[in-house]
Amino acid sequence: MSKIHVTTTVNGDEVEFLADPRETLLDCLRDKLGMTGSKEGCGTGDCGACSVTLDGTLVCSCLVLGVEADGKQVGTIEGVAEGGVLHPLQKKFIEHAALQCGFCTPGILVAAKALLEQNPNPTETEVRYWLAGNLCRCTGYDKIVRAVMDAAADLRGEAA
Amino acid sequence: MSVAKPLPHDAAPLHVTGQARYVDDIPLPVGALHLAFGLSTIARGRILSMDLEPVRSAPGVVCVMTSEDLPFANDVSPSAHDEPLLSDGSVHYVGQPLFLVAATSHMAARKAVRLAVVDYAEETPILTIEEALAADSRFEEGPRVYGRGDVPAALARAPRTVSGRFEIGGQEHFYLESQAAIALPQEGGDVIVGSSTQHPTEIQHKVAEALGVPMHSVRVETRRMGGGFGGKESQGNALAVACALVARATGRAASMRYDRDDDMVITGKRHDFRIDYAAGFDDDGRLLAVDVTHYTRCGWGMDLSLPVADRAMLHADNAYWIPEIRITSHRLKTNMQSATAFRGFGGPQGMIGMERIMDHVAHDLGLDPVELRRLNYYPSAQAVSEDASGGRISAKMKALTPYGQVVEDFDLHEMTEALLASSDYAGRKAAVAAWNAANPVIKKGIAFAPVKFGISFTLTHLNQAGALVHVYQDGSIHLNHGGTEMGQGLFQKVAQVAASRFGVGMEAVKITATDTAKVPNTSATAASSGSDLNGMAVKAACDTIRERMAAYLAQVYQADVTDVHFADGHVTVGTERMSFAEAAGKAYAGRISLSATGFYKTPKVDWDRIKGDGRPFFYFAYGASVTEVAIDTLTGENRILRADILHDAGASLNPALDIGQIEGAYVQGAGWLTTEELVWDDKGRLRTHAPSTYKIPACSDRPDVFNVALWDGENREDTIYRSKAVGEPPFMLGMSAYLALSDAVAACGAGYPALNAPATAEEIWRAIGGMGDEL
Repeated sequence: MSKIHVTTTVNGDEVEFLADPRETLLDCLRDKLGMTGSKEGCGTGDCGACSVTLDGTLVCSCLVLGVEADGKQVGTIEGVAEGGVLHPLQKKFIEHAALQCGFCTPGILVAAKALLEQNPNPTETEVRYWLAGNLCRCTGYDKIVRAVMDAAADLRGEAA
Repeated sequence: MSVAKPLPHDAAPLHVTGQARYVDDIPLPVGALHLAFGLSTIARGRILSMDLEPVRSAPGVVCVMTSEDLPFANDVSPSAHDEPLLSDGSVHYVGQPLFLVAATSHMAARKAVRLAVVDYAEETPILTIEEALAADSRFEEGPRVYGRGDVPAALARAPRTVSGRFEIGGQEHFYLESQAAIALPQEGGDVIVGSSTQHPTEIQHKVAEALGVPMHSVRVETRRMGGGFGGKESQGNALAVACALVARATGRAASMRYDRDDDMVITGKRHDFRIDYAAGFDDDGRLLAVDVTHYTRCGWGMDLSLPVADRAMLHADNAYWIPEIRITSHRLKTNMQSATAFRGFGGPQGMIGMERIMDHVAHDLGLDPVELRRLNYYPSAQAVSEDASGGRISAKMKALTPYGQVVEDFDLHEMTEALLASSDYAGRKAAVAAWNAANPVIKKGIAFAPVKFGISFTLTHLNQAGALVHVYQDGSIHLNHGGTEMGQGLFQKVAQVAASRFGVGMEAVKITATDTAKVPNTSATAASSGSDLNGMAVKAACDTIRERMAAYLAQVYQADVTDVHFADGHVTVGTERMSFAEAAGKAYAGRISLSATGFYKTPKVDWDRIKGDGRPFFYFAYGASVTEVAIDTLTGENRILRADILHDAGASLNPALDIGQIEGAYVQGAGWLTTEELVWDDKGRLRTHAPSTYKIPACSDRPDVFNVALWDGENREDTIYRSKAVGEPPFMLGMSAYLALSDAVAACGAGYPALNAPATAEEIWRAIGGMGDEL
C-alpha cells in the first residue's frame, strides 16, 4: 500500500514522515521518529502508557492513526521538560518516589499535565478518577496521587 | 553513609523524561528482523499438517522456522527439559508456539502468522482439578506430604472442628512492559542478547543450548524491565532463544516482543489452588490439629511448579503454631499455560488458606478473629531466646514449624499490638457493627491479617551472588552485580551500599546493566533476595578494594591501617586528609589493583524438600494489615475504604523504596483476591487476555485512606546493614482486603460465607445469596 506523507508538529518542532495509512501514531512516534518515551502497554487503549496530546486533547496514541496527526500539534513525554528544565510534575514524581519500573510513568505524566492544564486545582478524587485510565502495576498509585497534588499546588504557587 | 536514606530511584530522572531505555526502545541496526510466533488454537492433540506456504509468501516475511529447522536443543524450560520452543508435533495448550516467523516489521510478522493452515487431531483436554485427578495427570509420582503428628486422630479427639473448601484463582502478572528480547549476531558465531529478564544467566544457558555453543559465546545484558513480578523469571526464554536462532540463521539482528494479548495467552501465570481443610480446636480457640490439602493447577509444563507448591506448603502455617498438622500437595498437570513464578511464589496461596481457617474457627466460636490469631501465634523472639526449660510445651517447642525450622525472630506480637492501636481497630470494628445494624443494603467489613514470610531460595544452591567493582583513578566507581532491576530499586539500594563502603556520595557510583560477561552464574532476581544477596556481594568487593587502598596509604604515610578512614568523600590517614579521588589516584600510581569481585552465600540454610525437613529460610519477614471495606449487597459492588499497614523491612536500606514496594504489593495482593479473575472456557481458551477483560487495580481503586509504616527494628540475622527482604512479603498484606469482604458478607446472615477468591462483585453477590433470607 502506498505511504502517505504526514507533516505534523511534535513538541513544537515540525516533522515529516511517510506512514502506512494503517500505522498508529504510537508506532510512527517510536519507529519513524525514534521517540520511544511513549510506550505500548496494551495496544487497545486500556492502559494509557502511550498517552500523548493531540491539539491539546489527551489521547491514547495506539488508538490514533499516524496520518491523523497531519497538521496537528502532538505533545509527548519528550516535550514535558522544557530546555532541560524539569516540569514541576516531573520533579514531584522524583521527589515522592512516584515511580518504580517507570514504564507507565511517561503516560501518567502526560495525562497529569493535561489534567492540570484544564483544572489547576483538582481534588484528590478528581486526580484519582482522571488517572484511572493509566494503569500502573508497581506503585499502588498512592505516591502518584500525592505527587500530582503536590505539583498542582506548586504550579499554583502555593507551598505544599 | 548513604544507606538508610530515602533517596530516589537511580533512574528516576530518565523515567520521568522518557529517556529510560527498555529492550524494545534500543535502536536496532539496519536490516533487523522482527519475530512472531504462530500459536496453537487447540488445548490438546497432535498436528496432522501445517501449511506454511501462505506465511512464507506473505509481504515482508524473510524466514519461517518449525521445530525441524532447529539445529540443536528445542527446549526453553527452566528445569525439566519439557517445554519445546516450537511444538514437536504435540499440542499442550491454546497459545503454544508452533512455528516462528521473521519479517521486516513487527506488523508484517504478526499478520503473516495468521495465514498458516494447521490441521489437528484434537484430544479431550485436561482442564479442571477433577479431570486431572481422575486422569492422575500430575507432576511427581504422587502428592507430597509435610507435617507432624497423627492428624486424623487429633481431629477426632478435638472438642470442636470446622472443615471446608476454598478456591483461589490465579493471577496474570501484567507487567506493563510485555516480554521482549533482541539478539545481535557477532563474529565467530557469538551472539549478544538483550532481554527483559529476571534471570540473565538462564537466558544465556538456554540460548547456548539452542545454538550448540558454550555459554562463553553468549553474552546477555539486562538494564531494566518494565516490571517483572516473577513473570520474567523463565517466561522470557522463548523470545531470547528465538531471536538468537534467527540472528544465527540470517546474520541479521532480531527483535521480538509479545503484544499484550499474545503475552497473556502464551505465558504462565500464578498457580490457582483449591484448598480443602479441616481444623480441630478447643473451646478457647487453641488450634489442636489442622489437615490441609492443596490442589494446584500447574499447567502443561513443570516450569517452577514444584518449588512453588513446596513454598505454599511452607507457608500453610503462616504465623501459627499448630501442634499436629498435615499438609498434602497435589501438583496437577493440565492443558493450560504453564503456571510460573509470581511474587510470593506459592506462599500467598498457602497463607490465605490458613487465614481462611482462622476466620472460620473464629466465626464458629464467635470470637474476635484478631484475638484468636494472637492466641495461636508462634512465641515471641524474646520468649524463644530466653527459654532454657527444654520442657514439652516450652517456647522453643512452640516455635517449631511443621518443617522443623525454629521461628527465632517472631515480631508479630508487638507489631499486632502497635497496628491495632494505630489503626483504631477496636473502635472501627464497633463502628462497623453499628453501621451494619443500621444499614440493610450497604454492609461494611473490617479485618486484620498477619504475614510471616520465609526468606531464601528453597533450592539452597541458588542462595549465592557475585559482584564486580572497579574504582577508577579519578575516584569514580563502576558497579555491577548479578541482580536485575525491574523497578524495585535494587540498583539504587546496592549503589547506596557501595557509596557507604567507600564513604562517597551517590554521584561517584555508576550502576551498569546486568551483564553475564561481568558477573557469571547469577541466580534469578527472585525470592525477594536481590538486595540481601547482591548487597552483600558488592560489600565484599568494595571492602577488598578498600582494604588494599588502606594498606597502601598506611604504608605511604607510615600510619597504622586501622587509622585509615573512608567518610564524607574523603580518606583520612592519621593526620593526612585527601579526597577519595586523590586517594584513588595515589593508589593507582602505587600500582594497587582497584578492581575486585565479591561473592556471598547465605549462611545457615539447609533443606531437604523430599522429607520436608530442615532450615529452608535464613530468616522471616513480617507484616500486618487492617482493611475496611464496604459492599453493596444488591449488586456485590465493593470498595476498599481504608488500609493500614505495618511492615518489617528490618533496618531499611532505603525507606522510600521500601514503602513503595509495600504499597504496590498490597494493591497487587488485594487485586489478586478481588478484581483479577482469569477465565478459561471449556475448550481451554483464556477468555481474559487483555486489560479490557482482566481487571488489575486502577488509580481509582486505591484505598481512600492508606497508612503505611515501617516497623522499627533490625534483622536479628547478619544481613546487609541488618535490612530485610521486601519484594514479596508485603504482597500478602492484601489478604486483609479479602478477609474484610468476607466479614462484610458475614454481616448478611448467620452462616460462614462461602466466598471464594477472587472476591469479584459477582462472587460477593453469589456468596450473599448463600447466606439465607435474613436480609
